[in-house]
Amino acid sequence: MENRKTIFKWFWVWNFDKEEMWLNKMANQGWVLDGVGFCRYKFIQSDSEEYTVRLEMHSFDDNYIDFMRETGAEYVGRMVQWIYFRKKVSDGEFNIFSDIDSKISHLNRIGKMLSVIGIANLTIGLVNSFNYINIGWINLLCATLLMYGLGRIHGKKEALEKVRSLQE
Amino acid sequence: MNENIALTEATYYILLSLYTPQHGYGIMQHTEALSAGRVKLAAGTLYGALSNMCEKEWIIQLPVKDGSRKKEYKITEKGLVVLQNELNRLKHMVANGETILMEDL
Repeated sequence: MENRKTIFKWFWVWNFDKEEMWLNKMANQGWVLDGVGFCRYKFIQSDSEEYTVRLEMHSFDDNYIDFMRETGAEYVGRMVQWIYFRKKVSDGEFNIFSDIDSKISHLNRIGKMLSVIGIANLTIGLVNSFNYINIGWINLLCATLLMYGLGRIHGKKEALEKVRSLQE
Repeated sequence: MNENIALTEATYYILLSLYTPQHGYGIMQHTEALSAGRVKLAAGTLYGALSNMCEKEWIIQLPVKDGSRKKEYKITEKGLVVLQNELNRLKHMVANGETILMEDL
């Protein structure tokens, strides 16, 4: 069908803001997000600039999705812990976070998730290496990457904390 | 409970809105109206704040009415004390500002 398309694209977790910018760029061009999968984005044709798209890392919580719906947002889909919403521009401004504190706690959630997976990979990698299992390096590589991601998230958090030291 | 705290603007307006029972979207609209459009609460921020305030028992969730999925919240006695303390703090801040800047105002 011509009015639908799927794009495969990879974003690093710490670039979630770039992912969101890209999704909104697509929406501005008349392609609004309609489904998500692993590195897979499904779009449906809409009027250009008809929707605002937002994404967020949030634990599994149906109450939250109901709450978002109640405020006029449409739930698009979920990829593991990442949830995607859209809202018609004509229904008003759409943001998930409106103050620095909630943006910081969102970054904390992402950081926590990265640390848990990072530590698991580090442990598995080390155990495998000590047992002369040759694939141990894969986990160590993953752990290194996740630690790098954690650093990026931490950098974003520090920038926000600097702002918050003077204002809300 | 430590009474000597400064509330965030979001917390202050949510507590004020819940002087009468409201559901989530109602709080957002009420806050925007009260602040003459200056404070726009985003849904994720509001959801987090409501959960935290329920935990602190500053507000309670009312039993869900039949046929409605919307959850309503209301301020508690404890929440009213918090709000009153905040109001006193703000009054004091405004008085200080006015005294010092009197000539410029």
